Amino acid sequence: MSTVMHVLPYLVAAYVFLTGCYGLATSRNLVHAVGCLAVCQCATYVLLLAVGYRDGATAPVFSDIAPGSRPVVDPVVQALTLTDIVVGATVTALLLALVLQIAKRHGTVDPDELRELRG
Amino acid sequence: MNRLRLWLLAVGGAGLAALLVAACLDLPGFGGRHHPYGDRAVQASLARHTANTISSVNFDQRAYDTLGEMSILFAAVLGCVVLLRQARDEHRAPPEPAEVARPVRRYALLVLPVALVTGLYVVAHGQLSPGGGFQGGVVAATALHLLYLGADYGALERVRPLGVYETSDAVAVCAYLVLGLASVLAGTAFLANTLLPYGTFNTLSSGGAVPLLNAAVGMEVASAVVVLLAHFLDQAVEIEEEHGS
Amino acid sequence: MHHLIPLLVAVPLLGAALLVATGRFLPRIAAEITGVVVSGGTAALAVVLLLNSEPPMVEWVGGWLPVGGESVGILVVGDGPALGMATLVSLLTLSALAYSWRYFDEPPTGHTGAFTALMLVFQGAMCGFAIAGDLFNAFVFFELMSVVAYALTGYRIDEAKAVQGALTFGVVNSLGAYAMLMGIALLYARTGELAMTKIGRGLDATGHSGPDALVLASFVLVLTGLLVKAAAVPFHFWLPDAHAVAPTPVCMLLSGVMVELGAYGVWRVYGTVFAGPGGIPAADLTRALVTLGTLTAAVGAVMCWYQRHIKRLLAYSTVAHTGLFLVGLGVLTPEGDDGVALYIIGHAGVKAALFACAGVLLDRFGSVDEHALHGRARRLRATAVMFAVGALGLAGLPPFGTALGKAVTEEAVGGPLTVVFVAASAITAGAVLRVTARVFLGLGPRPEDAEYETSGSDEEPETSGLLSRIPDTMTTVPAVLLAAALAVGVVPGFGDLVAASVNEAGSGGAHVSVHWTLHGVLLGVASTVLAVALAGLAVTRPAWVSAPGWAAPLRRLQSGHVGDYVAWLLMGATVLGALALPGVLGS
Repeated sequence: MSTVMHVLPYLVAAYVFLTGCYGLATSRNLVHAVGCLAVCQCATYVLLLAVGYRDGATAPVFSDIAPGSRPVVDPVVQALTLTDIVVGATVTALLLALVLQIAKRHGTVDPDELRELRG
Repeated sequence: MNRLRLWLLAVGGAGLAALLVAACLDLPGFGGRHHPYGDRAVQASLARHTANTISSVNFDQRAYDTLGEMSILFAAVLGCVVLLRQARDEHRAPPEPAEVARPVRRYALLVLPVALVTGLYVVAHGQLSPGGGFQGGVVAATALHLLYLGADYGALERVRPLGVYETSDAVAVCAYLVLGLASVLAGTAFLANTLLPYGTFNTLSSGGAVPLLNAAVGMEVASAVVVLLAHFLDQAVEIEEEHGS
Repeated sequence: MHHLIPLLVAVPLLGAALLVATGRFLPRIAAEITGVVVSGGTAALAVVLLLNSEPPMVEWVGGWLPVGGESVGILVVGDGPALGMATLVSLLTLSALAYSWRYFDEPPTGHTGAFTALMLVFQGAMCGFAIAGDLFNAFVFFELMSVVAYALTGYRIDEAKAVQGALTFGVVNSLGAYAMLMGIALLYARTGELAMTKIGRGLDATGHSGPDALVLASFVLVLTGLLVKAAAVPFHFWLPDAHAVAPTPVCMLLSGVMVELGAYGVWRVYGTVFAGPGGIPAADLTRALVTLGTLTAAVGAVMCWYQRHIKRLLAYSTVAHTGLFLVGLGVLTPEGDDGVALYIIGHAGVKAALFACAGVLLDRFGSVDEHALHGRARRLRATAVMFAVGALGLAGLPPFGTALGKAVTEEAVGGPLTVVFVAASAITAGAVLRVTARVFLGLGPRPEDAEYETSGSDEEPETSGLLSRIPDTMTTVPAVLLAAALAVGVVPGFGDLVAASVNEAGSGGAHVSVHWTLHGVLLGVASTVLAVALAGLAVTRPAWVSAPGWAAPLRRLQSGHVGDYVAWLLMGATVLGALALPGVLGS
């Protein structure tokens, strides 16, 4: 594999994270902002899975392959990613519930128009 | 948009980007062979007759992380129940029966049992094949919601007594904790998988406590997703703001 | 004994799950008794473990004891600081639950125990974070405590401010947590380990020529997450917005111990992961933490002075004080660590008591606005006395625990940084005393409204209607908390006990003894005198200490806009990287 391919997956994770941050900072709609936060989180999935990859490896499940017959990818990062996904989904749900209440109480989901807390 | 924010974003983003790119260049090459923890995890999983190493990591080696993870789900459901409760200036209106196109209805009702069984299968085979409590639980919970697409909200509400699901969500968390505490009572560490026999490799009963913890998580996730969706759907379908108050 | 450490997490979670499972059948009183019993039981367990934490304990959850130095399990630490934080968390949760005995008009229908259950999960999560010895496990409990905190902050869904504050809190803290996870992934890629001690050793083994960009990036990312929680400038914007709107019992926990857990996390992670030769050099950490801490203390103190919303004012004083904690930890001396530990314990009692008193105002008058309440609370004598005593504790008047902690920390940081400690504690305490004078005594003219500020009027009380009589629990709890803060400084040998257990766990085993010094007492008295003088000036000559022109831009930065806060977070990460860069370039 070329040198570019050796870092490209990591760079993708960095790019996704920064894109999510950009979206969060410039968002004009809180539902969109919660989506951007989920994008930031996706960067962590990409990074974790990229870190755990091994050349030519398969899934670390031994119900249909004999142990030791093939290299397997790092199972720990896969478990971490699963945890991360659950965390992400629940945080998104909770934040969306808050956005829903903001829409009811403020009559808007544009962060520029929320003027209650300042100074 | 605010000029200050753009400047901050430009400088902060550039700085962080430079840092991340520099770090990526220092990372070991993609696809490398050095995974000490991963190799140990595979050995430990095989030693305890768990074919799916990821399940072994989730429900045996790092079961304590999974406890935190299912607590996050539990807390988020509880949080949504509290945040999406009926406010003082709102009331509930029974949902209108809805017309559903006949092909949609037929397809939904046909797929529903298939999806439900698939979900349960994925939960049950968590320690053998890819999948497990989290994945299967989500599939099973989504299956129920085909009723909403195939019939209407009233039909879904009839098969979904919310109280039962809320209770089973909490009972599943209790079950996980009690399984963990049992090993403390037996004089070993919390969540130690040493009380049950490890069984025959690659069978449904292998892995000691792994299938039990996996089932508790499956039950929790399925109930939690149902409750979570129910509260969001209630907001869309049932809860209305009082007018003229 | 060490097998019981994870129960600090399991017991509150089990209590919460049982409450939810039986929630629809339980009367409110049964749910509250269950909550108090479970959280009190956990507190008792934490105390027992703490008394047995010499020598420090470790536990491998799941019984995965290391074979040949390698394990696949999760490490939980049971040393003095970890169990001390767990004890503090549990005791404070217990007092918050006791305080909320008569709180909240009615729980959500069919979910009698929901609030109590959330508080118990919060307790379990904070205990879990305190005892975590595995970096990913720390992230999991960090997220758990965040998620519960968002839900609790937005609990009063009828309040427009509450839901906005909770969302800001949620977005900024979650982004910080994801940054932390990116950092953890980088560390895993380099070392292939997750236990903090193993990562530290892995960095030392691979970094023969000192740290490189990867170590710097992971340091910056992990610390970004922790400093967001600790509300260090410029990551602090979420805190006033969230703490001002959260229900009072929740504020007691957020300000009293959750924010401090961020500072504790910085201490733990730096000491275990980055302190070795392959990590970040000590000089760079000192530069980063002292700079950010000083800025935090300054911004927090100035903003605290200009608030009229009483809970927001208290929230900024928390910002100022965490700045002081970061400075104390940043100098990396055993004395600094001991001082901060004592300061955190004393501060928790004082700050929780002050929030509890603010809650009394809210439920008696439906307002926490200093201007609107001018002279209206004359008859709440007990609350007035406690508010004033709390302010003196905040200033560091000997013999409060805050004073002892502050004195020891000041000794450790030495020189010009002492000024920061005296000024920040004096200004924040002065602001609280000013509130006491205006609200409870009706002194001075009613102040004028400013243009860009958050008022505390028109708040919904958290009880069923306005209270005509304050329930006993709402006066007893702050009194007990203040007495505890006093006891930290008065009980002979307590300081030495804390110092010994902190030094046992960190500081390279160096043992120092802490005691009152003349120098420290004088500085504490100086802060108090300064605070009284500031408050006196504010009520007699308001024009002299009103907002000067240069403070207006500072107030405009706190815009309430989540996009601004995210931009500041990125900026903060960059600044942190720049502050720690010299060590990486120099190696």
